Amino acid sequence: MDFYDIIFYLFAVITLASAFVVVTTRNIIYSAFSLLFTFFGVAGIYVLLGADFIAVVQIMVYVGGILILLLFGVMLTNKITTVEIRTGTANVLPASIAVGILAGSIVTVMMWTDWKSKPGEIPITTTKALGSLLINDYVLIFELLGILLLIALIGAASIARREKE
Amino acid sequence: MLHVGLIHFLIISAFLFSFGIYGIVTRKNAVMVLMGIELILNSANINFVAFSRYGNFGLGGQVIALFVIILAAAEAAIALAIVLNIYKTFANVNVDEIDHLKE
Repeated sequence: MDFYDIIFYLFAVITLASAFVVVTTRNIIYSAFSLLFTFFGVAGIYVLLGADFIAVVQIMVYVGGILILLLFGVMLTNKITTVEIRTGTANVLPASIAVGILAGSIVTVMMWTDWKSKPGEIPITTTKALGSLLINDYVLIFELLGILLLIALIGAASIARREKE
Repeated sequence: MLHVGLIHFLIISAFLFSFGIYGIVTRKNAVMVLMGIELILNSANINFVAFSRYGNFGLGGQVIALFVIILAAAEAAIALAIVLNIYKTFANVNVDEIDHLKE
């Protein structure tokens, strides 16, 4: 159990504990802020996996973009001044049983599978290699995602627009 | 077993996925359902990056993880626009009360 393992368990505990808070607390604001810690924990796990660029993108896009969007969604769709900030729950008991079975079966399958894995050496930096992959092997997907982002931008603006009365 | 290997990352991803499913199934608020979806996308991303590191086939998994992050951003923008419209129409965002298509 060396330093790497200790850091890994730290990030694992942060990620899973805050994810648990996200799905169990009844206050939506608490959920949104726990989601922040989940995203940071996942970014730390990416760093441990040697994916430095993905970790930075995770923090920039998820924490800087998606979480802010979610918080705006919470603020705009709840009555902040009253105590309507709580969320109702449904089917808690059947869902817990089903999700427990699901998690147990996934973990069992993963433990029993004989993965042909060997830990590759961690590259010093992945940004240059990722960039050259993006404009060589994956250039078509890259361009399509650019178009998709444009469509999503226009679509979101046109859906959320306030019609003139 | 205490030494961190591929299986540890896969188990974290499996639990994140289960939490995401639980959030989607049990929450009534549409924004909470979105948070569950984000958890699921994150768990898929952990799998991609972990296999990219331990599977020894280059950086392809990390590129796909990048694409998943882009798709998550687009999805969150569209979904929140829809949620805002639902709130304007129904004055709440509880997914079990918005069932006008049933009638």
